[in-house]
Amino acid sequence: MSGIAAPEASPGPRLEVSPGPHIARAGLTTRRMMLDVLIALAPVTAVSIYLFRWHAILQIAIGVLGCSLFELLFARMRGRPSPLGDLSAAVTGLILALSLPWSAPWYVGLVGSLVAVGIGKVVFGGLGQNIFNPAMVGRAFVMVCFPAALGAAAYQMAGDGAAIVTQATPLTAAKQLGQSAPLWPLLVGTVNGSLGETSALGCLLGGIYLCLRRTAAWRIPLGIIAAAALLGGIQNLAAPAAGWTVLHHLAGGALLFGAFFIATDPVTSPLTPRGMWIYGIGIGAMVMFLRAYSGYPEGVVAAVLLLNGATPLIDRFTIPRPVGGPVPARR
Amino acid sequence: MSAHQPTAAERFLQGIIPENPIYRQLLGLCPTLAVTNGMRAAMTMAGATAFVLICASVLTSLIRGLLKPHLRILVFTLTIAAFVTIADRFLAAYMYAMSKQLGPYIPLIIVNCIIISRCEVCSSKQGVFTAAADAGGVSLGFALALASIATVREILGAGTWFGLRVMPAVWPDWVVMVLPPGAFLTLGLLLGGANWIRAAREKRRGASRAA
Repeated sequence: MSGIAAPEASPGPRLEVSPGPHIARAGLTTRRMMLDVLIALAPVTAVSIYLFRWHAILQIAIGVLGCSLFELLFARMRGRPSPLGDLSAAVTGLILALSLPWSAPWYVGLVGSLVAVGIGKVVFGGLGQNIFNPAMVGRAFVMVCFPAALGAAAYQMAGDGAAIVTQATPLTAAKQLGQSAPLWPLLVGTVNGSLGETSALGCLLGGIYLCLRRTAAWRIPLGIIAAAALLGGIQNLAAPAAGWTVLHHLAGGALLFGAFFIATDPVTSPLTPRGMWIYGIGIGAMVMFLRAYSGYPEGVVAAVLLLNGATPLIDRFTIPRPVGGPVPARR
Repeated sequence: MSAHQPTAAERFLQGIIPENPIYRQLLGLCPTLAVTNGMRAAMTMAGATAFVLICASVLTSLIRGLLKPHLRILVFTLTIAAFVTIADRFLAAYMYAMSKQLGPYIPLIIVNCIIISRCEVCSSKQGVFTAAADAGGVSLGFALALASIATVREILGAGTWFGLRVMPAVWPDWVVMVLPPGAFLTLGLLLGGANWIRAAREKRRGASRAA
C-alpha cells in the first residue's frame, strides 16, 4: 500500500470518475418517468370518474393533495427543497386513491397519504431509498386500520345514483356466492371495485404505453400475467363448473392494475432481467394463492409488499455475469 | 475494578431518562410491544416489573458477598423467578381479568433483560440502598416508556385513555394501532423522536460550550 500513499490535494487536472455506461439520455429524469405514469393512468382514471362520478373525483383529489401536502411538510421538516417538482408524490397519491373503494370516508385517503409518504418513503430517506412501494404501504395500513370502511361490504352501498355500486365486486361475488360474471363488463370496466381496477382494457392501454416508453420494465407485468394465467388455468381445469376462466382471473380484480402500475415501481423492483422475471412470477403466483386461500377476495397489495421485501435478495442472487465471463478465482 | 461507583442519587436519576431502559438501552422490548395496547395493561405490567426489579435488586445486593462469578446469572434468574411467581399469583388472585389479559407476559418477566442487567451492573456490586435506588429509577423509566407508547396506541386505536373516552365520538378507531403492527410503528417513531430530541439537545449544548 505504500506506493499509493500520495500527498493530499495536489493541484492539477481533475479526473471525473463515474460508473458506465457513459452514454446517458439527458431527458431521462424522475419527472419524465412520473409524468409517463400519470399519462398511463389517464384511461383508468377516466373510467373511474365515469363510473363513480364525484366519489372518484373526491378520492383522487384527497389522495393527490394529501400526498403532496405531506411530502412538502416532511421536506420542510428535514430542511430539504420542495420535492413536488418530480411529481412522485402525485403518482403515489393517484395510485393510492385508485386503489380505494369509492365509498371510503375522507380520512381514509388522508391517513393513507400520511402513512404512504411518511412511513412508506420518508423514514427510509426519501424517494429512491424506500424498500416498499409507498402507495401500497398506505393502502395496507388503512386496510388493517379501518376494516369496516374498506371491507367487501364497503364497496356495495345502496342509495346512490350509479347502479353499479350496489353490486358486489366480481371477486367477492365469485368467492362468497360462487357467481361467475360476464366477461365483457370485466374487460370494459362497468363493474364494481376499487376505483382504478375495474377496467381491464384501460389498464392494458396505459400499461402498454408505459412498457413502450420503457418507463416500466415489460418483464415484470408479463411475468405476473403469465403466472396468474397458468395458475388460473389450473384452477379452472380443477373446477370448470364455477365458470371462472383464465380471462376472468386476469380481468377481474386488481391484477392488471397492480401488474402495470404498482409492481413496476423502479425503486422497489429488481434491477436485473432474471430478477424481474422471478419478481413478476412471484407476485402473480402470490396473488392467485391469496385469492384462492386467504380470507380476502384480492391479494395484490400483500403480494406486491411481500415481493418488495424480497427484492434486495433477488437482486443479490441474480447478479448478471460480466462481459467476458466470471472473474476467475485466484489461487 | 474502577474506583468510582455511582452514588444512589446518581443511579436513581440515570435510570429515568439518561439511561432509560427502553429508549436508550432498548432492553425489555417484548413486554413493551406486547402489552402497550392500553394504559391499564401497560401500567399493570410496569407495576409488576417494578415490584420484581426492586425486590430482586435488594436481595441480590444483600447476598452479593456470597455470589460465585460462574454461578451468578443462575442465582439472579432464580431470585427473579421467585418474585415473578409472587407477582403472578398475586395478580391471578386479586386482578383476575387483568391476569388473563396479560397472559404469558407476567411469567415472562423472568427473562426480562432489564432486571438481569440491573443485577449484573449495579446490585451485585453495590450496597442495598444504592441497589434499591437504582431499581426504583429504572422502574420509573420503564413505566414512563410504557406509558408513552400505550398513550399513543390507546388514544389512536380506541379513542380512550385508561378506558375513559378522550376522543370525540366521531373518531374512527385506528384498529391497526392496538394490533401488533401498531406497536412496532409506535415504538419506532417514538424512538426516532427521542433520538432526534437528544441529538438536538446535544447540538445546542455543544454550541453553547463553544461560544
